[in-house]
Amino acid sequence: MRTRRTLTALTAGLAASTLLLAACSSGDDTASDNGTSGSTGGDASEVEVFTWWASGSEKLGLDALVKVFGEQHPDTKFVNGAVAGGAGSAAKDLLQSRLQAGDPPDTFQAHAGAELQDYIDAGQIEDVSDLYKEFGLTDVFPKDLIDRLTVDGKIYSVPSNIHRANVMWANPTVLKDAGLDPAATYSTMDDWFAALDKVKASGKTALSVATTWTQVNLLETVLIADLGADGYSGLWDGKTDWNGSDVTKALTDFQKLMSYTNTDRDGLDWPDATQQIIDGQAGFNVMGDWAEAAFEAAGKKAPADYTYQPVPGTDGVFDFLADSFTLPKGAKHPGGTKNWLQTISSAEGQTAFNKAKGSIPARNDAKASDFSEYQQSAMESFGKDTIVSSLAHGAAAPVATLTAISDATSKFTTGASDLAQYQKDLASAAAGS
Amino acid sequence: MPRNLRRWGPPLLMISPSLILLAVFVYGLLAVNAHTSTTDMNTAAQATGVKPTSFVGFDNYTKLLSSPDFQHSLKNLVIYTVVFLVGTMLFGFLWAWLLDRPVRFEGVFRSIYLFPMAVSFVASGVVWRWLLNSNQGESASGLNRLFQMIGLDFLQNNWWNNVNYGIAAIAIPAIWQLSGYVMALFLAGFRGIPEELREASQIDGATTWQMYRHVIFPQLSPVALSAVIIVGHMSLKAFDLIMSISKPANYQTKVPAVDMYVLKSSFHYADAAAVGVILLVIVAVLIIPYLVHISRAEKRA
Repeated sequence: MRTRRTLTALTAGLAASTLLLAACSSGDDTASDNGTSGSTGGDASEVEVFTWWASGSEKLGLDALVKVFGEQHPDTKFVNGAVAGGAGSAAKDLLQSRLQAGDPPDTFQAHAGAELQDYIDAGQIEDVSDLYKEFGLTDVFPKDLIDRLTVDGKIYSVPSNIHRANVMWANPTVLKDAGLDPAATYSTMDDWFAALDKVKASGKTALSVATTWTQVNLLETVLIADLGADGYSGLWDGKTDWNGSDVTKALTDFQKLMSYTNTDRDGLDWPDATQQIIDGQAGFNVMGDWAEAAFEAAGKKAPADYTYQPVPGTDGVFDFLADSFTLPKGAKHPGGTKNWLQTISSAEGQTAFNKAKGSIPARNDAKASDFSEYQQSAMESFGKDTIVSSLAHGAAAPVATLTAISDATSKFTTGASDLAQYQKDLASAAAGS
Repeated sequence: MPRNLRRWGPPLLMISPSLILLAVFVYGLLAVNAHTSTTDMNTAAQATGVKPTSFVGFDNYTKLLSSPDFQHSLKNLVIYTVVFLVGTMLFGFLWAWLLDRPVRFEGVFRSIYLFPMAVSFVASGVVWRWLLNSNQGESASGLNRLFQMIGLDFLQNNWWNNVNYGIAAIAIPAIWQLSGYVMALFLAGFRGIPEELREASQIDGATTWQMYRHVIFPQLSPVALSAVIIVGHMSLKAFDLIMSISKPANYQTKVPAVDMYVLKSSFHYADAAAVGVILLVIVAVLIIPYLVHISRAEKRA
């Protein structure tokens, strides 16, 4: 407690002195602040960036981003506030208490979309739409994407990268052994079931999956396949009825898909499920395109060692999620935050970051030739497909809804509820009770 | 008055820092928590005061206790506690009994049995997650693979992934870790019984079994009670072991403490607080009679 207070006093003192210094200097910063809301000016001496990018390709991406940041804003010191653990859950817990204690980082990573709703309602983050105009982002981000980020006419975060959640990965050797053509594409769930049956008959795991959130990821792609992009998006704004018969059909398909999966799924996380494809223990896997980094890290090459295509029935739909950065209310170095948001939204920043992380830029003016083969195909789809928001990754529904849906899904896949009960649980989860 | 002050003043002064700390950080926060549990503070906006919170009485409790999902958590807690308690008491007592007779290398055995307690639940949980892998047949690993290797295939099962009593599988590592501790308690109990009593019973012609049955065991009951209380309250608060073997979102292994964590993470502060109070009450039901019993016994002595 004591050290915290001393620290606060120290930082406050530091902030005050840097403010003085800034006032004495030429005032580049303040000049460029015209036209933006007052809160985005101010102290740019440093920026504490709170993320859960602490290891692997995420850490490499952050490092690349910091390098560009150092070139673009040499006067702002980057302070790494990365918190490791639990795929971001440790970071989110800490963030929750810091925001409540009125001690926010200068900017924090959050999935773009509905996951921000709680922070918006709580008045913990600022509207950054002015920065979109200032940085010219309204022209370079796809309109579909901006629509999905806008809440009541305001935008609260700046995306740094885009991931696609509806990708089906496969091991061609396993498919060949099962008598399937590895290059085949599947346009409907029924086509896919036929293929899954063959893999199952060959003695391998037909579909590898991991713990609850990966099952929710699978569920959302089935919902997209069976309801279509509009029907799926309607689930989140009340236009599609959760109790409808088309949802029942989707849940039946989901139930059937789960019957092809590995029995130890609940103890695994996504890298384990992807590893089963890499090792040839399983035929198919549905996972977001961060799995690409795992295949690459294992030295595998597409299409000889692994293949990818949209989840059957979802071709032409891009199930997106995005990491984004915010401007918390009461940030100590709002000028630094603004500089950071400028870098992560710039063409150089997005290119450097996404090349390392394996995702794709949100900007449509990035040079495709800078990226890998998978990334190029994803960028192409992102440009022309219908964009829908991912449920499992916080873009489609607020945290409480996602938690309730996850609980219902876990209950269903462990056999504690039947399909009718599952549908009822999902409906009440979406209704927010 | 000054005499009283001189008598009570210094000791009171000595314990007042810890009393104040306890009052604020334990009982004060318990009160705050209990208060939160009677409000509708179930969104982030209410927690920061942007939106108003109102008093809802026991609504959160009735909502929780009537939900089948929370009932499942409570049922899991009961199964876990019973298996954990019976397991540790059984093994702890058995080992202590064996070591009570003059054994060579007693110290070595004692350390071996006691050692698992030195490992943290999180660390052992990571290992046990692999040992308790639910795959069977060709892709089996961990204990299921071991069963195959020694020809006990029929013992293979899906461990903690069984939705009805999977939680009992998570009690296995807990038993493995704490049986040694219960053994140490019982061993101290055995050693605390004067040698004269054993000799006296032998002089009276009691067989070894009769000696244990009528002389030793009755005198172990206070130790047994303490062991039950200590292990029992640990079990009711079980969280870390479950979190490191299973995952918070897994329905089959959830217990109230896990619910509390999940609710809190999704901004349901009032519900999480209510779960906390329910847990506190459950532990209190176990502990308070014990404390009353102890203080009565002390008064008698």
